[in-house]
Amino acid sequence: MRRYFGRKLLIYVLTFFLAVTIDWLIPRFMPGDPVQTMLSRAALHAEAREVMYGYYVRAFGLDVPLWQQYLNFWNALFHGDLGTSVYLFPQPVVKVIMRAVPYDILLLLPAILLSWFAGNHFGAIAARTRWLDNTLLPVGYILTATPYMWLGILLAWVFGIVLGIFPIAGAYSFELRPHLSGAFLASLLKHWFLPFASIFLVKFGGWAIGMRNMIIYELESDYAHYLEALGTPRKLIRKYAFRNAILPQITGLALDLGVIVAGALVTEVVFSYPGIGYLILQAIQNQDYFLIQGCFLFIIIGVLLANFAIDIAYVIVDPRTRLGMTGEGA
Amino acid sequence: MSLQVEELTVYYQTLKGDVRALEEATFRVADGEIMGLAGESGCGKSTLANSLILLKPPMRLVKGRVTLDGEELPIHDMERMNSYRFERISIIPQYAMNALNPTQKIGKIIADLVRWRQVDFDDILPELKRRLDLVHLSYDVLDMYPIELSGGMKQRVVMVLSTLLNPSLLLADEITSALDVSSQKAVMEMLVSFRGWEFVRSVIVITHDLSILYQVADSILIMYAGQLAEKASTVAIIRAPRHPYTRMLISSLPEVGVKHAERRLTGIPGTPPLLLNPPEGCRFRERCPVAFEKCVDVPPFIQIEPGHFVACWKEFETNARA
Repeated sequence: MRRYFGRKLLIYVLTFFLAVTIDWLIPRFMPGDPVQTMLSRAALHAEAREVMYGYYVRAFGLDVPLWQQYLNFWNALFHGDLGTSVYLFPQPVVKVIMRAVPYDILLLLPAILLSWFAGNHFGAIAARTRWLDNTLLPVGYILTATPYMWLGILLAWVFGIVLGIFPIAGAYSFELRPHLSGAFLASLLKHWFLPFASIFLVKFGGWAIGMRNMIIYELESDYAHYLEALGTPRKLIRKYAFRNAILPQITGLALDLGVIVAGALVTEVVFSYPGIGYLILQAIQNQDYFLIQGCFLFIIIGVLLANFAIDIAYVIVDPRTRLGMTGEGA
Repeated sequence: MSLQVEELTVYYQTLKGDVRALEEATFRVADGEIMGLAGESGCGKSTLANSLILLKPPMRLVKGRVTLDGEELPIHDMERMNSYRFERISIIPQYAMNALNPTQKIGKIIADLVRWRQVDFDDILPELKRRLDLVHLSYDVLDMYPIELSGGMKQRVVMVLSTLLNPSLLLADEITSALDVSSQKAVMEMLVSFRGWEFVRSVIVITHDLSILYQVADSILIMYAGQLAEKASTVAIIRAPRHPYTRMLISSLPEVGVKHAERRLTGIPGTPPLLLNPPEGCRFRERCPVAFEKCVDVPPFIQIEPGHFVACWKEFETNARA
C-alpha cells in the first residue's frame, strides 16, 4: 500500500513540475509584449513612454534573462506569490483569482454533482425500459452532440431575450454590490440559473448515455446470467450491475470536479459570468503572463488533486485495485 | 420419477427466420441418474439445458412439456420459473469461472442469493462450511473476492453454491472444458460424490467429451443437429452403439494401445447442416453411410431394447428383420 502511494506521489510531483514549466513557457511564446500592449492604451509622449516602459518591465521582473525569470518564478511560487496582474495592475494575481473562484464553485459544483447523480440514475433506468431508451435517450445524444456555445446562446436568447425571464450577463445585477441580503441572493440565483441549466443539460446527457451502455454491458455479463439462472430477483441483479457500472463513472466525476477551478470557459464567456474561465479569456487577450500562469496553475493543481482522489477512491470502492496492489506492478 | 421431457421443441428467433436448434426431444432422467448429454458443437446440447432452466428470448418454446418430480415446470414463464430455479433445478454454467460478481465478497453473494429463498444465511452457514470442506476449500473463501481465487477454486465455489439448496436436478454445462485432464477427473468425481451425499438427485452432464462421460455417467444421450440420436446406458453406448452417428463418433475416439502413426484416426466426413433451414427428415442422412430413401422422413425416437432408445430407420429395419 505504501509503495503504491509512494510511486503515485512521485509521478504526481514529476507531472506537477513539468506542467508548471510548460505553463510558464507558453505565455512567453506568444508574440507581442504585455507592457507594450498596456502602454499603447494610454496616449503618451515618446519620452514618458520610455520611462514608463522601463519602470513596468522592472516591476514585472521582465528585465532579467529568461533563465533567471524562470528561477525567480519558482522561488516566488514557493513563497505563495504568483506575481502581479498586468491587465489589472497593480492587483496581485492571487487576489484576482480568489475573487473569481467562488463563482466557479457555485456554478459548477451543483451542475456537476446533480447531473452526475441524475444522469446515472436515468441512464440505469433507460437501460431496461425500452420506451425511455427509444424516446429520451436520443434527446440525450443530441444534447451531448450540440456545440455547447450554440446551446448556451440559444438558451440565453430564448429565456433572456424572447421570454425575458432570466438576465443574460453577469453574476448579479449591476445595480447591486455584493452583500448579504435577500435581494442580492435572489439576483445571484437568477443570474446563476441559465449558466447552471446549460451545463447541467449537456452533462446530464453524457452521463446518462455512459451509464446506459455500462448497465447493458453488465446485465449481459456472465455473473448476471448465472444469477438469472438461479432465479435471483431482477432487483438484486440490477443492484450488482449498478454497483459495477458506476465505477468508470466515478473516474469521470472526479476528473470533472478537478477542473472546477478552471471554470467553464465557454459558459462563462457566453453568459459573461465572472469565473476563472472568463478571467482566462481576459488574461489571454491582454497577454497577461502572470494571470494566465496563475489560472493554469490552479487548473494543474485541481486536476492532479482530483486524480489523486480517484486513486484513493478506487482503492476503497473496487476490491480489484486494492488486491492488485500486492501483486506485480504495485 | 424425476425428469420427464416430452416433445420439447425450441427455436432461436433471428432476423433470417427460426434456427431450429432443438426438435421434439423426448426422454427421461430417472431419480439418481447421471445422464451424459453429448454431441458436437452446435448440436443443441446447451439449448436443451438452457431451455430447462432459463428459456428466454431469442429462444422460443415451440411446444413440449417438462415434468420434474411429477410437477410440470412453467419453463416458458420467466417469472413463475423463478421459484423452481436454484431450489428444484439448478445449473453449473459453462462459464463457472466468471460466474461470480467480481466486486462482492463470495460470502455476501451467497447470503444475498439465499435470502430470497427465505433461508437465513446464519442457519445455512454450518452446512455451507461443511460442503466447502468436502470440496477442499477453506472457509476463508467466504471472506474473499472472486479474483483472489484460482479458476478451479471458483468453479468449486460455484458447484457448492449451485447445489446448496439440494435441487432435484442439476445441469452441469461443459464444466470440464477449461480444465486440464487431472482436474477434469477430480471435478467429475466430485459431481458423482454430490449425488452420493444427496446434494443433488439427478444430474445431466453436458459435454462434447465422451471419454469423461464413460467415467461418470450412468447413461448417455447423443444429439445430432438438434435431434436426439440415441440414448442408452453408458456401456451400451460405448460397446454396442446402434445409431450410425454414435458408431462413427465412438470409432473416431483414440484407443489405448493403438499407434495412430500406423492407423490414422478416422473422423466423420462432412459437416453438420445449418439449422436455419435444416434438411427434411433425419439430419444426419447426408453424412450417413447407410442412409436410404426412408431417411427423408424424421425417424421417431423409439425404445428398441429396455432403456435403449434410437432414432434411425435403418436400425428399425434391421431390428424388424431379426
